[in-house]
Amino acid sequence: MLNSFFEIFKIISLSKLTRIIVFSLFVIFLTLGLFESLLLSPEDYIQSDAVRIMYVHVPAAWISLGIFSFIAFLSLGIFIFKNKNFVIIAKSFAPSGLVFNLIALVTGSIWGKPTWGTWWAWDPRITSMLVLFLFYVLYIVAWRLFENDKAAKISSLVAITGFVNVPIIKFSVDWWASLHQPSSVKILSETTIHSSMLTPLLLMTAAFALFSVLIFLMKYNVELIKIKNKGLDRL
Amino acid sequence: MINLLLMNGYGLFVWSAFAFTLINFFGLYVIINRQLIKENKKFKLKFNNLEKIKYIQAYKQSTNQVLVSSNAAQKI
Repeated sequence: MLNSFFEIFKIISLSKLTRIIVFSLFVIFLTLGLFESLLLSPEDYIQSDAVRIMYVHVPAAWISLGIFSFIAFLSLGIFIFKNKNFVIIAKSFAPSGLVFNLIALVTGSIWGKPTWGTWWAWDPRITSMLVLFLFYVLYIVAWRLFENDKAAKISSLVAITGFVNVPIIKFSVDWWASLHQPSSVKILSETTIHSSMLTPLLLMTAAFALFSVLIFLMKYNVELIKIKNKGLDRL
Repeated sequence: MINLLLMNGYGLFVWSAFAFTLINFFGLYVIINRQLIKENKKFKLKFNNLEKIKYIQAYKQSTNQVLVSSNAAQKI
């Protein structure tokens, strides 16, 4: 059952059409998102136009957190089901997760200067995001340093260990005194951000998510072709 | 237009944040696409140089069929 699902998944992800669809959607959402966030959305009454940095900083942070959580979830699956498909999927998501984490850190730093007066502060949210970045680096380095099965095991352990940091990032603004404000966009309770700002934020989040799917599909193809290349050698 | 560039004095911060994001997107895309083209070329070269019996055996796999027929890496 699981194997037949992955076989269909492989065919779909290898298809050129899938990538064309994802790429087209990404371009559409990015164009709309940029238009909304740079031209249509209002400036903040305190931060003025500096608030527009939020439209790249927040989605990047959300996506990097989401990807790492997904990698950790798949890593757990690697130990439970011993399925190699989980390994390839987790490995293929890591590059985009790392880049989104870097974007969140750098754009956060750029936003910090006009709003807090500093490029960097050892604030709980920023520090825990930096720790997540280090876990991403460790995860990718593990794949470079070790061979196949050993790399899968070590990188999975890194992801599972690093997952402890995810709730710390989420609740750091509630647990400790932080320069960051508590979350304005909530799933379970009422969102406190105005729709004129929420629309570009969601559009950019969708665009970023589509970009991570596109990169995943391309990286997944690279990994599959590498395996197929080895398979041809064994024929 | 000038207002859009200056953004009430925050233009340098706003534009550099957006530029950094888009440059990273482009860079990551180029790196992964290069890897994909390289692996695709290697696979096709190996596949086309297989002996006839091995070629038929390899072609039976559905994923190999998709890979041989697709040229997606260069197109997107």
